[in-house]
Amino acid sequence: MIVDKIKKRETKNIRPSNKVDIPVGKWVKCDKCKEIIYKENLKENNSICPICGHYFRVSSKRRIEQIIDEGTFEEFDLNIDTVNPLGLEDYEKKLHSLREKVGVDEAVKCGIGEINSTKVVICVMDSNFLMGSMGSVVGEKITYSIEKAIELKLPLIIFCASGGARMQEGIISLMQMAKTTEALSKLDEAGLLYISVLTDPTYGGVTASFAMLGDIILAEPGSMIGFAGPRVIEQTIGQSLPEGFQTAEFLLEHGFIDKIVERKDLKNTLHKIIELQ
Amino acid sequence: MKTAWERVETARNPNRKTALDYIDKVFDEFVELHGDRISKDDASIVCGLARIGDQNFTIIAQQKGRNTKENMLRNFGMPNPESYRKAIRFMKQAEKFHRPIITFVDTKGAYPGIEAEERGQGEAIAKSMFEMSKLKVPIITIVIGEGSSGGALAISIANKIIMLENAIYSILSPEGYASILWKDSSRAQEAAEKMKLTAQDLHNFKIVDKIIEEKDEFSKIAEKMREEILSEITELSEMSQNELIEHRYSKFRKIGDYKERN
Repeated sequence: MIVDKIKKRETKNIRPSNKVDIPVGKWVKCDKCKEIIYKENLKENNSICPICGHYFRVSSKRRIEQIIDEGTFEEFDLNIDTVNPLGLEDYEKKLHSLREKVGVDEAVKCGIGEINSTKVVICVMDSNFLMGSMGSVVGEKITYSIEKAIELKLPLIIFCASGGARMQEGIISLMQMAKTTEALSKLDEAGLLYISVLTDPTYGGVTASFAMLGDIILAEPGSMIGFAGPRVIEQTIGQSLPEGFQTAEFLLEHGFIDKIVERKDLKNTLHKIIELQ
Repeated sequence: MKTAWERVETARNPNRKTALDYIDKVFDEFVELHGDRISKDDASIVCGLARIGDQNFTIIAQQKGRNTKENMLRNFGMPNPESYRKAIRFMKQAEKFHRPIITFVDTKGAYPGIEAEERGQGEAIAKSMFEMSKLKVPIITIVIGEGSSGGALAISIANKIIMLENAIYSILSPEGYASILWKDSSRAQEAAEKMKLTAQDLHNFKIVDKIIEEKDEFSKIAEKMREEILSEITELSEMSQNELIEHRYSKFRKIGDYKERN
């Protein structure tokens, strides 16, 4: 899981420094232009900074609101939890407190919904939850979704946002790469469409499995995408990385993604691609 | 019994036998073949044809150097994307000629470099696993040294996984693990004990099917390996092409127990 540099880009709620009594939690600071933005304005603008155009990371819940027709999303009923395979003392406690804090069960939300009235299976990873890392539950939910897509003969869309495999579950997390990839090979054999959408950040074991296996791979502008994390590479080669390295634009230039799509156009682009199959 | 950290050190010992040492001893014949047919021959993965008795095999093996010069040539056994693309070429060829595949795993991980990223390290690993999932021939993976991260997993989507007693298989190196979880890579030893990375741990998780003991000298271990390969192949050869694919699917499908959430 690559959390080093990526983590610094996370947004934080901050209280503006002026003396006017503004309720805490209604304002956020843009990481890029450092301006203070009213949260409602941010939400209306697809979680993009209205001042500098910086893309804020989007929660799984918000992403589904942006992509799926209102009232059509049905989440798969998978009420599952890790068995804590390495027996780490504070891991389960951490998951518990994250669930309360972030308001989601795990680092991915999966279900069936409609995009402009076309039915799809959709999985959306959530970087607010342990950096979207993939452990046994994420691996199972994604595999289950792929199998559901095969069963129902529906297109599959996965929004990736992850630091990679989840360290806290060790080798079991690594094996989820194999499990999800195996399932995708079945989806492929069944002749069904899989669109992978890479958002900031997509790294490690997620990049090296389902993120890079889409029939069509889309990405949001400026997303950081790679296998090895920037710090690991810098340590290995002993020099700093070139400007723009591992951005979506860099991947497009090197031929590893099909298209960069602005957030406001994602829903219609996904729909168009599905219609053109 | 050795601690997990002692096994990490054994697995990394520069004098430990490498894939080519085993290939030489285990098989009656071996012909190395090169290149990904796109741009390069990456020597950190060795591919070729081999034979035991009248059974032919395709070999895909991660190879560390046995001295400094060879380590430079083999990039210390850390594959670049071209290695995985070469591996995929040989997997497909094996399928065409109905040859079972034996892969040897021994790597610190896929190489983390600028060029490796530019040429799609993540895509190469993903594609290797994806293609392996679909192969209609028996696949056996043998973890002989370090099996670290996606770089090892990329050539390990097998029907049977065998591990040497002192080999390790993990999500990341203990140093990397300690660095990410505790922000302190010097706690690698402590990490190794927690990570469950030994052959026995992997067997308990039902990821590894068989462990080959390392009590005897090298030639005995190689002999045992040869016997295990032949016995596994005899069993897998009974399966139809579809059964082989399903067998592989269900092996990985089951990994990752979970419970009902409260």
